[in-house]
Order: sequence, then structure tokens, then C-alpha cells
Amino acid sequence: MSVLSTTSTLPGAGRGKTAGDGIPFARLARAELRKLTDTRASRWLLAAMIAATPIVVAVMLAVAAPRDLTYSRFVDFTVTPQKLLLPALGILVMTSEWSQRTGLVTFTLVPDRRRVLLAKATATLGFGLVVITVAFAAAALGNLLVGLRHGDGSWAFGAQGFGEIILVQLSALLEGLAFGMLLRSSAAAIVAYYVVPSVWSALFSTGGLKSIAPWFDLNQAQGTLYTPGQITGTGWLQLLVATSIWIFVPLAAGTVRALRGEIKSA
Amino acid sequence: MITSPSPPVPIEVAGLSKSYGRQRVVADVSFTVRPGSVTGFLGPNGAGKSTTLRMMVGLTTPGSGRVTVLGGPYAALPNPGRRVGVLLDASAQHAGRSGREVLALSALVMGLPDRRADEVLDRVGLSPAEGHRRTGSYSLGMRQRLGIGHALLGDPELLILDEPANGLDPAGIHWMRTLLREFADRGGAVLLSSHLLREIEVIADHLVVIGDGRVLADGSRQELLTGVDGGLETLFLRLTAANAREDLS
Repeated sequence: MSVLSTTSTLPGAGRGKTAGDGIPFARLARAELRKLTDTRASRWLLAAMIAATPIVVAVMLAVAAPRDLTYSRFVDFTVTPQKLLLPALGILVMTSEWSQRTGLVTFTLVPDRRRVLLAKATATLGFGLVVITVAFAAAALGNLLVGLRHGDGSWAFGAQGFGEIILVQLSALLEGLAFGMLLRSSAAAIVAYYVVPSVWSALFSTGGLKSIAPWFDLNQAQGTLYTPGQITGTGWLQLLVATSIWIFVPLAAGTVRALRGEIKSA
Repeated sequence: MITSPSPPVPIEVAGLSKSYGRQRVVADVSFTVRPGSVTGFLGPNGAGKSTTLRMMVGLTTPGSGRVTVLGGPYAALPNPGRRVGVLLDASAQHAGRSGREVLALSALVMGLPDRRADEVLDRVGLSPAEGHRRTGSYSLGMRQRLGIGHALLGDPELLILDEPANGLDPAGIHWMRTLLREFADRGGAVLLSSHLLREIEVIADHLVVIGDGRVLADGSRQELLTGVDGGLETLFLRLTAANAREDLS
């Protein structure tokens, strides 16, 4: 504290060394990564996501039919709770800056909001990858133990299988980030994320809409991704359209809102 | 920059305006904050103080006019926290994060060592145990101390503080007064908004009074208060009442 210490006469005399340097992106991403785990809410969410996987594996080992004890099935079940919880993480990452008003500090320390948003997305997606890896590892551990129940134990899955699961999970995370940025309130974003798609799916399961549902309903469009290697050319196109509606458009609108809007305390 | 003979002007506000819809919140505001001084920024509720401060640090885009901070736009500072300490709302902290973590996070962003968080906690009179508590459990006074500590974290040469005395007890107010005085006496500049006129009267060398978004008075404490019976309070009430009458006519 040069301004307050007795040894220095110039205010901010210490700034000559490093204060003139900008803030490297890696440092920003590290800070955002740290924010993912340093509050009570985020720790609970994290604990739930990590703990859910071994529990799911244990339950499967105990009750699933021996022919269902394959790596592919283990992955199906270990990624399911994560698919539910990852978007909540994405939502909270964004909304807390507004609902907890920490944006007042965040965007004052880093006035270029694009960098903050990019750091948040990088940190959150990176963190998501780690969580997904835990699911893959837990599934592998489960499949190693199927001998206990004379299970099938097949490892058939394939590189494409991993890629597709990662795509689905990171999409969900990105959708959470988009909804959080767009709506800014945790409650509103969580309700919107979990309720609107269900209502939408119900709507698209009626009458004439049913045939075009895979183009507009993200869950349906992603459905084929759960079975490795099943997606077709049309399937990819449907996925692109549905992803644009549910992820890219909210993401773009949310980004514009975050970049242009006013950061206020109340 | 360090070797330049004259230090940059800490804050220069020139013809700053902001409207929301048809409502003009800040109207052609101009004033300067000088090095080595504490500038008191006063005005009734809704006078446009907070909006002006937000425009200063880039959280709100000005409608017209400009603000320069340390010689340029605030957003052009490469690592603003190392040069400008800002406290806009002491309650704007994540309720689930510990006080120490709030400081450590910002220290990380600014490129300061982690132990800086402990130094600052100590500097603002929060014990290590208090530092490890979640800010949701803090009293307003503790939040203000944390907020002031956060503003001091990067060892800045300029402080921008919105209502930092709110919720501090008399000992806390005395502590803050001494801290800001020392800061300014060593060459730092302080812009301080407050409702506590008595405190401003004791601390500030320079006063800027705004009402309805306009500057009503701008001058040194001596200039403005000499010959005014009852000091700042009388001056303040006289200025804001005159402003209200003008609005009615």
C-alpha cells in the first residue's frame, strides 16, 4: 500500500512494475474457474454432480439385469444426472453476476465485458469436460466390476460415442449459460430452462406437429446421439436447426444484452 | 507514465448527461477531482450521484459528454483495479462467498499475490475468522469495511466510493475518515459520495453538490462554507430547496 505506507511518497508508486500490464486471458479464466467452486451453492451443485455418478454405478451393479451391464449402459446412466445438473451450473455462473450483483465488481475490474463472458464460457465448458470425464471413468469402473453379477461387460462404445455424449452435455451447459445471460434471474432462468422445453415437447407431440418435431425440439434432435453411430445426415441438420433455436439464438441475444446493458446495483 | 512530470488529472467530468426514456437523470455535469484531495459528492436521493459514478467506471454508457479517469477513458486502463479503487455498493457481494475469497478473487484478477487478501483484511479491521465467514452473514458495517478493503486492494492512486460510511459505527466512521485523509495527504485522490453531511464536512477539501442531475455548487470547502451559519447542512438545504423552487416555477 504505497499510498498509505510511510516509505513511499508517490501515490501508487508500486504500479510501475506490473500495473501497466493488461490482464492475461488465462488469469481471467482462472478467476472464473475459481468462482465455480468458491460459493456454498456451487459447492453443493459440484458435490451433487460428482457424488451422483458412483451412486448410479452402485445402484446399477446392484439391480440392473446382467445383460444391461455394459459400458454403453453405464455411460447412459452416469451422464443422466449430469445432463440435469450441468445446465444449472451454467445458469448460476451467469445469473449470479446480476442477481448477487457481483457484476458491479467483475465488470469494473475488467471493463471489456466480452473478455469476461468469454472467460466464463471457457472456464465453465472446461469444468464441464472434467465432470463428463468423471462420468466416463465411473462407468468404466462399473463395467470392470460386472463380474460380480456375471454381467455382459461389453466395452462396445467407440470414439464417436464419446464425442456425441460430450456434444450433448456441453450443449446443455451452453444452453444454461445462454439462458442465464438472457434472463439474469436464477429463478427465471432455471424455470425457463426446465419447463419451457417440456411444454414445447408436449406441443410438438400432437397431431401434425409430430412429424416436424425433430427440427424444433432439441431433446428429440439429440435423441439419436445417445446411441453411438446412429445419427444420419438429416439428423445432423435437424440437430443444427434445433440447436440454433435453443442455444445459438438465446446465446446471441444474451450476449448482446450483457454487452450493452447497464450494470446496476439495484 | 511514472516519469511524466505532471501526474494525470484523476477525474475530469465534462458535460456529462444521461437520460432514461424522457427522464433526464444527469444533465450537463462537469467537475474535476484533483490529486491529493478528497472531493465530497453530495446530493439528495435520486440526484444522479450513482449514475454519474457508474458512468465514470464504464458500467453505464453516457448519453453525451465524457469522463476521463487518470487521463483517459476508464475502459482504456489495462488493469483498472491497480490504479482505481472502486466501491459502488458494499452489499453487492455474493452472499455465499467468504469475505476473504472476495478479496482473493479480485487479487487474482489484478495479478496480486493471494496473501494480499490477508493484508487487506487486517488493514480494514476484519479478523481472519471474520474473513472466513460468508458475506451473507456480515453486518452492513462489516460489508463496508470489506468494500473499502476491496477498493484498497490494488494499491490505487484514486478512490471512487459511493456511500462508504453507511452502516459504519462512530468508531468505524472515524477510522474511515483517518484512512481517507492519509490517502489524500500522500497524494492520492478521493471522490466520495455521502448523505452524511457532517462527515463530508470534516473530510472533504472540495465539494460538488448536485440536484436533479445538475451541478448546484462546485468549490473548495472554504469557498463554499465561509460565512454560512450552520455549515454544510445549511448550505446543502439551501441549495436543494432553491433547486426545488426553480423546478416548480
